[in-house]
Amino acid sequence: MATANAAAVNLPDDPNVRGDVVLDEPVAGREPLVRGQHDFHSVTEMVCRVNEVPLKKTPMPFVFGTLLASAVFAMFGGYIGYLIWVGPGIWGNNNPVGWAWDIVNFVFWVGIGHAGTLISAILYLFRQKWRTSINRYAEAMTIFAVLAASSCVALHTGRVWMDYYLFPLPNQMGLWPNFRSPLEWDVFAVNTYLIVSLLFWYTGMVPDFATLRDRATVKWRQLFYGVLALGWRGSMRHWVTYEKAYQILAAFSAPLVLSVHTIVSFDFAVSQLPGWHTTIFPPYFVAGAIFSGFAMVQTLMLPARHWLGLKDLVTVKHIENMNKVILLTGSLVGYAYAMEFFVAAYSGNQYESFTFINRATGPYWWSYWIMLSCNVVTPQLFWFRKIRTSVGWSFVLSIFVNIGMWFERFVITVTSLHRDALVSSWDYFVPVTEALYLLGTFGLFFTLFLLFIRFFPVIAMSEVKGVMPQANPHWSGYDKKGHHAPAHAAVEEVHP
Amino acid sequence: MSESKIWGLLAQYENPAEIYHASEKVRDAGYEKWDACAPFPVHGLDKAMGAKPSKLPWAVLLIGLTGSSLMLFFESYTSGYAYPFIVGGKPLFSLPAFVPVWYEMSVLSSCLTAFFANWIMSGLPEPYHPAFASKAFERVTDDKFFIMIEAEDAKFDLEKTKALLADTGATLVEELKP
Repeated sequence: MATANAAAVNLPDDPNVRGDVVLDEPVAGREPLVRGQHDFHSVTEMVCRVNEVPLKKTPMPFVFGTLLASAVFAMFGGYIGYLIWVGPGIWGNNNPVGWAWDIVNFVFWVGIGHAGTLISAILYLFRQKWRTSINRYAEAMTIFAVLAASSCVALHTGRVWMDYYLFPLPNQMGLWPNFRSPLEWDVFAVNTYLIVSLLFWYTGMVPDFATLRDRATVKWRQLFYGVLALGWRGSMRHWVTYEKAYQILAAFSAPLVLSVHTIVSFDFAVSQLPGWHTTIFPPYFVAGAIFSGFAMVQTLMLPARHWLGLKDLVTVKHIENMNKVILLTGSLVGYAYAMEFFVAAYSGNQYESFTFINRATGPYWWSYWIMLSCNVVTPQLFWFRKIRTSVGWSFVLSIFVNIGMWFERFVITVTSLHRDALVSSWDYFVPVTEALYLLGTFGLFFTLFLLFIRFFPVIAMSEVKGVMPQANPHWSGYDKKGHHAPAHAAVEEVHP
Repeated sequence: MSESKIWGLLAQYENPAEIYHASEKVRDAGYEKWDACAPFPVHGLDKAMGAKPSKLPWAVLLIGLTGSSLMLFFESYTSGYAYPFIVGGKPLFSLPAFVPVWYEMSVLSSCLTAFFANWIMSGLPEPYHPAFASKAFERVTDDKFFIMIEAEDAKFDLEKTKALLADTGATLVEELKP
């Protein structure tokens, strides 16, 4: 894990310090994706080292972190038992606020997942090679976030043991689910998303599992990775099919990025409640999802790259690129907030206008202003290159974005509900035990994530090797017979 | 018959350029039952090998379309016939409202096909392969590149094939037992 010799190969984070690799990129002066003097073997070493620490030598901070996370996870198990035993009355939900933290947490976690799919699918289709060193993390994050989301949405139904009615299973009453309902769309969207993300993640990991299998020195590792690697031997004939399959999975996952959160937004937008019933919701939710997801990737990745000694693979360039995405999607979200107000005013509908003025000045004004300051103001700091390329700033701002995006969902869900059409129905929602609910989902998420870091390859080694300049058989560092010439002797470029 | 006990020959190369040029030579020598192995998909190596493009997209198209049509049929059948129920004033066959689930299931059936067809078409999982017995081959998933020619190939001749592989610049040539 946190290995001592990590520092030896890692360059400082100064974006102006470059590795000594010959730049063989189409754009002159473009920064290399892998910094430092790395060859294929040193990349393997750098990544596998994380997993190959013997079990008994697992660093103490990691052990404590995992124990803490799994203790919270265990608490979540207890909380779920309590919830099933007593019922959703353990929450502060009331009439009219029938949806509160259960749905807030669900939308929050599903949203986070979207960055992983964007990185793995959309950036892949757009040939953004920098994705290769961050996609594995991000995909893992997606899966664990969707699991956390599913745990929220599956538990909010009240009678949890009847959840199978969500699926179209034949039953003796001849009942079928209502396929015209957004809530049923959600069941299919989230489950498809979870399954497709898992397939994509696993497919990407098979060549790396094979690396770990081939390097294994202990019986259990050989067996564990051997089974997971499916007997992968890097055959070029397999690679051809594999790349096609990967491409197709990416092509199908890319619209999922847009469709899943669109369908989540339909849960709100298809209703006729002021504050929910707006056509801006699908794009606004998708932008928010990518925004929060990238922030979560930063939150997880910045400490990990430091402790795992992966600074040469996850470089400042990667951090900067992600901050640019945060800046873009943050601005889109800010625009959507402004547009919501404009549409409310322009509609001339007094209920609509009231809802929005009430959001900013009503009893939940604090949540609205937390949301606005975290989501609209903080990402704008990324206009400054100094802040964009600073690890410390990126980490702190990513936390702010995470907080802001949780509050966005709170604002949308709770403030729209607490003022009903009849003044006599107005009420104020106060959470009771919900904080444990949110904390529990974090326990679930971090337990899985820490185990992932410990046992699975955290960087897609085969993909990173594929984007290194040496991977091109016509790289200028090789002479025409294929022998490795000294890197600096390379003058002219040989094209295929 | 010493050749009958041999599964094939394994040759090691040090970098993508070497295996690229070596593959061209093995291809041009007319071998068919052979393979190149690399830690990552070397760009253009499939062409240098003369490998055919994958048929996987056709499987995905076929099964994806089937899954997609079945889902639309299923939605129409359950909502319009098996359990007819007017919700929100929508007609029994309300196509726009069926789209999200229809779409998600099209994606799911296509992705499941792509996933399973990938392994099936490659003959994986394959727990044992003669090359796994080679110590050198352990680095195929790290930084070394290999060509293996099967003894079953019509053109295979132990000495001649060995000479060919040595000629292509292999740094190591091994005999593989079945």
